[in-house]
Amino acid sequence: MKKSWIIIAVIVILIVIAYSWFKGTYNDMVTRQEAVKAQWSQVENVYQRRADLIPNLVNTVKGYATHEKETLEGVIEARSKATAVNIDAGKLSPQALQNFQQAQDGLSSALSRLMVVVERYPDLKANQNFMELQAQLEGTENRIATERRRFNQMTQAYNTYIKTFPKNILANMSGFGEMPYFKAVKGAEKAPVVKF
Amino acid sequence: MKLKKYGYLSLLLFSILLINFRAFAADIPPRPNPPRLVNDFAGILNNSEIKSLEYQLRYFHDTTSNQIVIVTVKSLNGMAAADFATKLGYQWQVGQKKFDNGIVVLIKPKYGNSRGQAFIAVGYGLEGAIPDAIAKKIVENEMIPHFRKGDYFGGIQAATVVLMKLASGEISAKGYNKTHQGTSPFAALLPFVIFILIYLLIRASNARSYSVGKGTSFWTAFMLGSMLGGSGSSHSGSWNDFSGGSSGFGGGFGGFGGGSFGGGGAGGSW
Repeated sequence: MKKSWIIIAVIVILIVIAYSWFKGTYNDMVTRQEAVKAQWSQVENVYQRRADLIPNLVNTVKGYATHEKETLEGVIEARSKATAVNIDAGKLSPQALQNFQQAQDGLSSALSRLMVVVERYPDLKANQNFMELQAQLEGTENRIATERRRFNQMTQAYNTYIKTFPKNILANMSGFGEMPYFKAVKGAEKAPVVKF
Repeated sequence: MKLKKYGYLSLLLFSILLINFRAFAADIPPRPNPPRLVNDFAGILNNSEIKSLEYQLRYFHDTTSNQIVIVTVKSLNGMAAADFATKLGYQWQVGQKKFDNGIVVLIKPKYGNSRGQAFIAVGYGLEGAIPDAIAKKIVENEMIPHFRKGDYFGGIQAATVVLMKLASGEISAKGYNKTHQGTSPFAALLPFVIFILIYLLIRASNARSYSVGKGTSFWTAFMLGSMLGGSGSSHSGSWNDFSGGSSGFGGGFGGFGGGSFGGGGAGGSW
């Protein structure tokens, strides 16, 4: 009689412990995943900010650099490609992130080509409006580098959390998958140096 | 013999450890303790200059809660100035957590061949008040001209005055742009005009009460004129009057508040 009571008590205690562990871990995973998602929207924000600068930049350059139609069209095209690729934070996969990054890198290189061309137009370089855009563009590239780095840091924290034993069992059971990282392609980890 | 060998070995180990530790520590300088707003790691300011800046910034912090931190370093440790300043602001948590209203003014002086670098990193919350284009202008117009002459304090002082005005909303980014379009010819003539007016007034009154020598009134008028005219000049106002007091700062600066930085701001080099 007494023995069975003890057994029941032990079982109840074990269930309580298991429940609180499950609850705590599960909620931690949710919190960390949400943090990564929030950081992702921050990343998209700064890329959007860059895309928003471009029409103004192109118009300013157009007024001075009349012979650079090709380069300017390249920028506009790269911009429309980059803004077309958007990832819902819930659907972050390595493939999706790679596509996103590729589109944005295309815009980065189109922009740096434009900035090389601009070197030939001293009047443009002295233009007040252009100088401001230039400062904004530099600032945006810094922001992109910062937010990307932070995204990777948060993703790393989350991935480590869900992959370590025994949390990985719970993660597998409840469908917490690995989040992708930004990869440094051809020296892209450093903000592209926008030299004027 | 054996002991000696161990001695060498441990020395080697110790030095490896030391190198590792230093490499780690050299990344971003640690948060100052007790917290200070002026951190002259490069040693380019003298004591009274540091005190004067610290006093102004602390007063500004106490009245507006905006935190402006000045950091000078001997080397950026291979980082870009923007990166260094942003990381520092993030790690030190400059600004209030609620408002992210911190600013980091980073200066790496010019040494021989290595270029001088300056960067103003602006916290998330102040990016509206101090856009990148304005930060760049402040670096180029207020700081670098002084720095070129080796006057580090002058450049820092001029930049801080503008930053404080912008951060507190006393002037807007547009307003700053305007003051920097150069003073209008009328503003430049203003002291002269006032001087002539006063001179004429005094002459007129002297003509009635025929007494005092005309020479003195001329100088009175000149001084009055230039004083009145001078007050119309723009943002170059100096706060140096505060530097006289050498007493400690009453309550002390409460510390950094948890503000965050996202890479806003701009810089330049010379």
